[in-house]
Amino acid sequence: MNQWEVVIGIETHAQLATVSKIFSGASTAFGAAPNTQACAVDLALPGVLPVLNKKAVECAIRFGLAIGAEVAAKSVFARKNYFYPDLPKGYQISQMDLPVVVGGAITLQVGQGEKAYEKVVHLTRAHLEEDAGKSLHEDFHGKSGIDLNRAGTPLLEIVTEPDMRSSDEAVAYAKVLHALVRWIGICDGNMQEGSFRCDANVSVRPKGQAELGTRREIKNLNSFRFLKEAIDYEIQWQINEIEEGRKIQQATVLFDPDNGVTRVMRTKEDAHDYRYFPDPDLLPLIISADWIARVKSELPELPRQMRDRFINDLGLSSYDATALTSSPEMADYFESTVAIAGKANAKPCANWVMVDLAARLNKEGKELADSPVTAAQLAGLLLRIADNTISNNIAKRVFDALWNREGATADEVIDKQGLKQITDSGAIESLVDEVLAANAANVAEFRAGKEKAFNALVGQVMKAAKGKANPQQVNDLLRKKLIG
Amino acid sequence: MINASLKQLSQALAAKQISSVELTQLFLDRIDRLNPSLNAFVTVNAEKSLNSAKAADARIAAGTAGLLTGIPIAQKDIFCAEGWRTTCGSKMLANFVSPYDATVIRKMESEAGLVSLGKTNMDEFAMGSSNETSFFGPVKNPWDQARVPGGSSGGSAAAVAARLAPAATGTDTGGSIRQPAALCNLTGLKPTYGVVSRYGMIAFASSLDQGGPMAASAEDCALLLNTMSGFDERDSTSLDRPLEDYSRDLEKPLAGLRIGLPKEFFGEGCDAEVMAAVRAAIAQYEKLGATTVEVSLPNSHLSVPAYYVIAPAEASSNLSRFDGVRYGYRAPEYGSLDDMYMKSRAQGFGAEVKRRILIGAYVLSHGYYDAYYLQAQRIRRLIANDFVEAFKDCDVIMGPTSPTTAFKLGEKAADPVQMYLSDIYTIAVNLAGLPGMSVPCGFVGGLPVGLQLIGNYFTEAQLLNVAHRYQQATDWHQRRPAGIE
Repeated sequence: MNQWEVVIGIETHAQLATVSKIFSGASTAFGAAPNTQACAVDLALPGVLPVLNKKAVECAIRFGLAIGAEVAAKSVFARKNYFYPDLPKGYQISQMDLPVVVGGAITLQVGQGEKAYEKVVHLTRAHLEEDAGKSLHEDFHGKSGIDLNRAGTPLLEIVTEPDMRSSDEAVAYAKVLHALVRWIGICDGNMQEGSFRCDANVSVRPKGQAELGTRREIKNLNSFRFLKEAIDYEIQWQINEIEEGRKIQQATVLFDPDNGVTRVMRTKEDAHDYRYFPDPDLLPLIISADWIARVKSELPELPRQMRDRFINDLGLSSYDATALTSSPEMADYFESTVAIAGKANAKPCANWVMVDLAARLNKEGKELADSPVTAAQLAGLLLRIADNTISNNIAKRVFDALWNREGATADEVIDKQGLKQITDSGAIESLVDEVLAANAANVAEFRAGKEKAFNALVGQVMKAAKGKANPQQVNDLLRKKLIG
Repeated sequence: MINASLKQLSQALAAKQISSVELTQLFLDRIDRLNPSLNAFVTVNAEKSLNSAKAADARIAAGTAGLLTGIPIAQKDIFCAEGWRTTCGSKMLANFVSPYDATVIRKMESEAGLVSLGKTNMDEFAMGSSNETSFFGPVKNPWDQARVPGGSSGGSAAAVAARLAPAATGTDTGGSIRQPAALCNLTGLKPTYGVVSRYGMIAFASSLDQGGPMAASAEDCALLLNTMSGFDERDSTSLDRPLEDYSRDLEKPLAGLRIGLPKEFFGEGCDAEVMAAVRAAIAQYEKLGATTVEVSLPNSHLSVPAYYVIAPAEASSNLSRFDGVRYGYRAPEYGSLDDMYMKSRAQGFGAEVKRRILIGAYVLSHGYYDAYYLQAQRIRRLIANDFVEAFKDCDVIMGPTSPTTAFKLGEKAADPVQMYLSDIYTIAVNLAGLPGMSVPCGFVGGLPVGLQLIGNYFTEAQLLNVAHRYQQATDWHQRRPAGIE
């Protein structure tokens, strides 16, 4: 394994979040009854013509700007010709020689902690194209059904250079790209519905060799886990083949997640000749500098810029800042919390969003958008920790109460449930005295040098205070009385 | 009424001398009587036509009629028309009933109120110059039924020539309006590419196809073009220009008109008597005040070879949708999916269509694309530039439309190259995207000869003016074939 270098390039099909299709006015909504969202153009009736959806172009421009790429002033739609029942025209309208987005790069954080490093993945291009329909091979008594609802759905195909060197890098890239397309609002990122699917081109070569090995392309990976498993399997398979003296044949393969293996779909020999040529039904796509400028002015702060701001302005760690900008919802929630709780509370805000809130959402299988605790409620809670109204432990109880909708605000919960921290030293002293009097055995043990006994005494005081006593004050007072 | 111009028909309808229903029935009766021998129409639906005529009469009665409301017209069977069988001359679509209207149909029928008499025969998918490739059999030329009417709009040409319809639509990819117009003694106009919407017009070669009118006179063509043309957001190659009245300049005098005569159109390759008729027409123009100048189109000899790369390339892709999956012909018996495709397409397409699909697939394939397709595109630009140069010295270019008069049925059917050469003067116009016309200019052996007029981009109104003034001075366009009354 060690003498081999892995080379991975990724092609991603991101379904663009337009209301209508790329070349017709039919709806792109997912899940409608078969063939109810396919108009004359999508059905490729005789005589129909495509008309480009400007919204799809704007998505491509947004993407190009977000990755620092060149948005081509002129790009050309081409026909990719092949026969398949779910391809109504007998050709797919795509872009070949002149794509709409050229170049650009995406920076990733790979790994965690000590081993974490930064990686730049360069993009070759991104181009606009239409999706095909779906063939349904079940339930038709030996025949196939065709659903053309998806036919003509706009896609942005995003192609990287062969820059990645491990499945971890590939997955990190896919995750950052996934976050980015959602961030800039061009794709809903729903991988189950096929809105974001990756093809991985994988090859291996002896370390130090400049020439690339022969690649095999793993098609249609629709989860990050499958992406990783498929690449890892493929790498090991290729290395074994070469080490056993066989040559890798260029091929397109499919990943079988049930058995964790890749299987050949077609080899180079039976590759189609797609007979690409410029589509004479569509004029070259001309994008003016004004159009680009307008789209740019509407672009939100990008995750990378926001991450740097979190580090520089809020003093967050690189890890925290990266995690908080991993999705637009997370970033928005965090920013809303900080806006109320104040910059001084940025670090606890980050911890609560990333740890406590994330764990609870995860446990209950909820998305951030469905969180019962709002950013404003969480901020209110954090303010009460900051001003010592409640301890961190009590705060968790208040959070639970908010989650269960036992109060509208942290203050209301604290008030109603009497959770306000006891900071009156007289009240704490009397509790301490009671506990010392009632636990002579522990006191003796402590005096005999057993530090553990001290913790037991603290616990007794907190229990007597129903958890509300200021822990620091309890500590200080106990120690003073015992040693003092 | 049979020989009336559109303007006369319009006046008669407005004056209630005849109703649209009566007028429509008059032509339907002629179709009944004469179409069995001419085979100009592939689909007639009297009930539908008469319903449209009734609606037109209601508009006339209500005072909401337009100039052409209620006038019957023949539609080339390449235009999809809702509820009408739309075959494109092919077995592949022999049972296809369109669920929607082409933009041309919508504009002419729903908006202008013209009444469709039926769908006219044509070469299969507009591929042919004689109408012999139609699945529905050849059309006969009303001037001599042993001869072809030209193609691909041969059914429209024969229908108007035999007065089965006052006028018709055609489409022109390499001469398919102008050549049959010439062979049947009609006036036909192929507009500048992008003037008439291609939406709903079944595509042969998308970058060359253009719809246009076929009628007895330039004036009729102008009125028809007014209803057919205009920007269409459903066609990305449609041109967003202000609407024009193409009849506005009809009466303009021709004094000072500079006629360019390309030396390449007046050399070898044209029948001498056809050429004599063309020269006589040019002499007539000189009498009308025009001057002539020799111009050159040095790359015109490359137009046929370039065309027979570009048009089949586009056609091979355009016709891929006819796969037997969603509509159209499907072989009755097949094994695998590939077998279904192969049998359906092998049985559904005729020989000429298959030939062009094969040529097109070949010139687009890996390793040949640069040598054929890209090279042909370069030639196309050279040809367009030739015209740009030529129009620096003249206002309109003239020459023969077709190198011969109508040839005999079967005469060229076995020799595709001979057939392709019958469009030698018309093809360059499509490659350049220019407007072109054919105007009747005489007879050779009782068969009509067409004079071709080629204009600069968007000079349709001028071309119609040039044709109209000639038609005021001559009566060739008013002559009718014997035995059709």
